[in-house]
Amino acid sequence: MEVEKFYYDNKIVRKFIVATLLWGVVGMLVGLMLAFMFLFPNMTDGISWLSFGRLRPLHTNAVIFAFVGNAIFAGVYYSTQRLLKARMWSDFLSNLNFWGWQLIIVGAAITLPLGYTTSKEYAELEWPFDIAIAVIWVAFGANLIGTMIKRRQRHLYVAIWFYLATFVTVAVLHIVNSMELPVTALKSYSAFAGVQDALVQWWYGHNAVAFFLTTPFLGLMYYFVPKAANRPIYSYRLSIVHFWSLIFIYIWAGPHHLLYSTLPDWAQNLGVAFSVMLIAPSWGGMINGLLTLRGAWDKVRTDPVLKFMVVAITGYGMATFEGPMLSLKNVNAIAHFSDWVIAHVHVGALAWNGFLTFGMIYWLVPKLFKTKLYSIRLANVHFWIGTLGIIMYALPMYVAGFVQASMWKQFNPDGNLTYGNFLETLNQIIPMYWMRAIGGTLFIVGALIGVYNVIQTARNGSKVKDELAEAARLTRVTKRRTQKEKYHTWLERRPVKLTLYATIAILIGGMVQIIPSLMVDDYVPKISSVQPYTPLELEGRDIYIREGCNSCHSQLIRPFRSEVARYGEYSKAGEFVYDHPFLWGSKRTGPDLQRVGGKYSASWHLNHFDDPQSTSEGSIMPSYAWLIDNELDKSLTERKMKAMVSLGVPYTEEQIDRAQEWMDEQGTLIVEDLYNDPDFVTSYEASREEALARGEEFTEMKDREVVAIIAYLQRLGTDIKVNNAVDGAAQND
Amino acid sequence: MLRFIKGNLENIDGVQIYPIISLLIFFLFFAALFWWVFSARKEYISEVSNIPLDNQNEEQL
Repeated sequence: MEVEKFYYDNKIVRKFIVATLLWGVVGMLVGLMLAFMFLFPNMTDGISWLSFGRLRPLHTNAVIFAFVGNAIFAGVYYSTQRLLKARMWSDFLSNLNFWGWQLIIVGAAITLPLGYTTSKEYAELEWPFDIAIAVIWVAFGANLIGTMIKRRQRHLYVAIWFYLATFVTVAVLHIVNSMELPVTALKSYSAFAGVQDALVQWWYGHNAVAFFLTTPFLGLMYYFVPKAANRPIYSYRLSIVHFWSLIFIYIWAGPHHLLYSTLPDWAQNLGVAFSVMLIAPSWGGMINGLLTLRGAWDKVRTDPVLKFMVVAITGYGMATFEGPMLSLKNVNAIAHFSDWVIAHVHVGALAWNGFLTFGMIYWLVPKLFKTKLYSIRLANVHFWIGTLGIIMYALPMYVAGFVQASMWKQFNPDGNLTYGNFLETLNQIIPMYWMRAIGGTLFIVGALIGVYNVIQTARNGSKVKDELAEAARLTRVTKRRTQKEKYHTWLERRPVKLTLYATIAILIGGMVQIIPSLMVDDYVPKISSVQPYTPLELEGRDIYIREGCNSCHSQLIRPFRSEVARYGEYSKAGEFVYDHPFLWGSKRTGPDLQRVGGKYSASWHLNHFDDPQSTSEGSIMPSYAWLIDNELDKSLTERKMKAMVSLGVPYTEEQIDRAQEWMDEQGTLIVEDLYNDPDFVTSYEASREEALARGEEFTEMKDREVVAIIAYLQRLGTDIKVNNAVDGAAQND
Repeated sequence: MLRFIKGNLENIDGVQIYPIISLLIFFLFFAALFWWVFSARKEYISEVSNIPLDNQNEEQL
């Protein structure tokens, strides 16, 4: 048989490893900064682009798409070539994949701090980036499938299936969740509203975890663990069952992010049922990974690569046990909106993704640079500091979640909330935030040691060169050979059909859940008193989105006695029909805001934005003083309203025509309310005179951003506000 | 925008049978998968699971 010579592309792998480490450090440092903002809320005082609400999406996007994303590409590009005995199909596509991805990351790092965001978690980037991501992702997929077609290894190893499912599913998720109507180059509104938007978002959000943070990493596990342990996977049979059941079940579980929300019960329960089932394939995978080391546990004592991998797989097992538990409604009632969820995701991110990445890099770098690892001792130090960091991060957050959730739900014998002031529950967990910051610091110190070790290894090694390989070309499969062949064996040879079936498997779950929400008329019961936002409120809502207020404040009151007593009447699906996008949030670092309208005076809000600690002692909300100085940009209001009309919001022509006038009227009313505060009058008039004396132009208060956001906040929840329930609650004063 | 999807689905005759068909497809798929997995030849499984360890093309260090 004729043997062909070809070269594996190692340079692209090296590039992705460099990017992984660079963005990993950046993403983690931003995370650490955020952790310290819980302790020193005003540490970036007055700098809008370094405020918590804007940096939080930067942290999540950097870690998920920049750190983990580049690690996926590094591992996939290395293993795919070897598993298929072929160079990547196209060097151009490989490099387009690399540079395009880095460009998107740089774009994200610039636009997110500037406040350009859709507010949908892990999909915050605005529409031009969504298009760019789609293009680059397709380049990656085309390269992957092209390599499969020209491969020299007949059978597709299971890792390849996981990569393929990753490509297909992420593409579907990304496209559906990014349906939005552009208003300007960097502003768009989600095509879906309220409950439907929430359902699509969490179908996406959950499956981003499944198909970006899990399936590609399982593929990497199925390649790199056998490589590092130098023995085949424990059970290849199990891996086949693992693959099909995992991708089929995962896609149904999204609604468990919306338990006790206004999503119909059948969809919530479907999400719970599939989440519970998910434990079987997840643990099947974990067991398969760990048992690969049977008979090789002595190696785990000495080889840092295996140490990292063992902790990674254990972390995967813990997080995938916890996930189904968190999906049970009674557990979710405690954990949701609390720091428990933060602990959960960081076990996944730091242990499963972080440690598998580091294990893979420690194995790959000496191979690529043809040398030995610079220091095994340093790698061990990294391992132990990192492991300690994970524990120090996660444990305090579990405690914080339990403590705060219990305090939220505590009643006195007389029927009142024991901790009626939200801040009492927050102040109780500040020590946990300290421990979390220390745990995070440890993890980053470990990562920096790792980076140093990798750099030194590279310096000691030789230049990365493409690697020569030899393999025979595939011959035609004759009828005689396939006589006794079974169906799955046939399927494993056919990448295109395998892709097709995997796509069908993942589409069905999503369709069953999402399509009824789009086609059933009474899915969202109408409430006649719910009206569209006024133009000023709409502008205020966009500022709320820009500042990322939904990072810390929910707008969803669950139907619990404790929440109704604290925040007011529980949320109804019909209240959100004009919310493009929905802003339910997923974490309550501060109190829920759905019924905050009318609760405080305009001047309370103004003072609170200027200096939150002056109105709410012990608050950890940072100052948003720039909202008070900035002039509100009203030039796009009509365009925004027209965009809303195309999405089904019933603004009339007349309302759009008098938008400017309307904003003036409502702004003036709010300023009148502000004038009730003598302190405001004094300082406001003083600043006017000062501006006059300097000959500067003075922006009237009614034209400033703060008035718009106050208009929005005062509107929140008032469409169906039940006064009695709200009067009894004191949440933040 | 959503009305396009809605209308089309409502107009399919006998749309109720679709969920039953999909349930059947998945039941049969997984039944067949298990049957295949358990009946697969041992040599074949070991050959395939050794693909990552096929070191002939890699320079050993």
